[in-house]
Amino acid sequence: MSIKIEHLNYVYSEGTAFEKHALRDVNLELPDGQFIGVIGHTGSGKSTLIQHLNGLLKGTSGAVYYNGRNIYEEGYNKKELRSKVGLVFQYPEYQLFEVDVFSDVCYGPKNLGLPADVTEARAREALRLVGLKEKHWKKSPFELSGGQKRRAAIAGILAMEPDVLVLDEPTAGLDPKGRDDILDQIQRLHDERHITVILVSHSMEDIARYVERIIVMNRGQVMFDDTPREVFDHYRELEQIGLAAPQVTYLMHDLAARGWQADVDATTVEEAAASILKCLGR
Amino acid sequence: MSIIRGRKLSYEYQRLDEEGNPESTIRAVDGVDLDVQEGDFVAILGHNGSGKSTLAKHINAILVPTEGTLYVDGKDTRDESQIWEIRQTAGMVFQNPDNQIIGTIVDEDVGFGPENMGMPSEAIWKRVEESLKAVGMWEYRAHSPNKLSGGQKQRVAIAGVVAMRPKCIVLDEPTAMLDPNGRKEVVRTVQELNRKEHVTVLLITHYMEEVIEADKVIVMDQGKVVMQGTPKEIFSHVEELKARRLDVPQATLVAYELQKKGLPLPDGILSMAELADELEKLRGQRG
Repeated sequence: MSIKIEHLNYVYSEGTAFEKHALRDVNLELPDGQFIGVIGHTGSGKSTLIQHLNGLLKGTSGAVYYNGRNIYEEGYNKKELRSKVGLVFQYPEYQLFEVDVFSDVCYGPKNLGLPADVTEARAREALRLVGLKEKHWKKSPFELSGGQKRRAAIAGILAMEPDVLVLDEPTAGLDPKGRDDILDQIQRLHDERHITVILVSHSMEDIARYVERIIVMNRGQVMFDDTPREVFDHYRELEQIGLAAPQVTYLMHDLAARGWQADVDATTVEEAAASILKCLGR
Repeated sequence: MSIIRGRKLSYEYQRLDEEGNPESTIRAVDGVDLDVQEGDFVAILGHNGSGKSTLAKHINAILVPTEGTLYVDGKDTRDESQIWEIRQTAGMVFQNPDNQIIGTIVDEDVGFGPENMGMPSEAIWKRVEESLKAVGMWEYRAHSPNKLSGGQKQRVAIAGVVAMRPKCIVLDEPTAMLDPNGRKEVVRTVQELNRKEHVTVLLITHYMEEVIEADKVIVMDQGKVVMQGTPKEIFSHVEELKARRLDVPQATLVAYELQKKGLPLPDGILSMAELADELEKLRGQRG
């Protein structure tokens, strides 16, 4: 049970003056149950990559396997694939369209052809998972706050009961508390349901805090693919491609340069604080 | 002299039900006194729905107070005859760069404002050149905006405002949709406009790191100004900010964690360099 990408290439507007090689020979294996972060500057190919995971884009060459089967095979059931690999786009709340939140969340499972009672049970479960209180369920999506709308949109994907949840910048534009709430809930979902989570983010601090594996995209290629500590160890190279390490990593390097025995691979506030206390003999 | 002066500024709007009857009244801004000095860099923080964007829209008279007053450069925003002067004094930049660019070529987009003021074309091009140079986008003047990165587009949007030679620029989450590089570009551009051109800046943001060099920070909650002070003063209140759905810079957070464990660090550390210096002092004392 996994997603496997082999020699995937994708070229936009092939054969025209606007031809752009967006993915170049990408090879990745995404086993079940991982919490993976994808980083890369604008135009690095990360959004193009995730749209291949559920077959929204078809590679110019190469293959994508879902649970061992090539999704480009003739007769492959793309509809089922899309219910198994749920994709939450940037600003997903713009896609809410039903008269109330509950109906909007029901839309996906209803279209899978599930009976009404199953659909509704799934919608209730999904809304509970994203932490949206029942008093909001019959409201128009327009009556919700930004963070609540975002959660309603994510619930719409969860109601499909995907095995893989892909989120493209799920916290853009949210206030700090809203950002932490959503990411904590995604973490809980990952822990409870053991689903694979793929998080695309511009925040190195968020990535360092939540994921176990980071894929760094640059010019359509996978540049690094490793644990956060290993990836952020290459912070100079990350800076060259418009990224950075989490800010605490810089503090640890600064202290190390001043002769401290600081843990230069620390990527979170907790790790940094622990290392500093140790250095000071506390 | 205060370039922006608000007194008991309130803004109410009515929520309508499906038949169009008033259902409830919402007080988005509630009795705000606001003073911004000419040349200041002021940051406004607040959670989603705290009223900060509603307040910002008052500064160039997109909205006018339902109670209280707001004067921009001495002009009352409720006076419709002065609205164009007010909008020339205070320009706005919004979150989404794609919604703000209308020209098909960068320099034409930047020239749109001055052209609408009826300026002779020679003067327009002079302003376009000045503005694009001020935001570091002069070499892109002949490019199509849709081929630019998010940060570059935002800088073009800022140039479009600068071309109107405003005394004050209000930026409402200009970096929310940008990657780390784009964020840095935009913040640096805004800081330079403030320092070199002495443009008054009001920056609304959810990124605490963008705020640490501001002259003054204003925190809004439920339509009211609940905290104001220097970044150092504001970020000394970690728990209060968290309770208001906000955050502190990462350096402040590390320092706060260390304080909780008993390290005698001062409050209000804002940058990693400052924290490293303070830690070094502590180590020195230990000898």
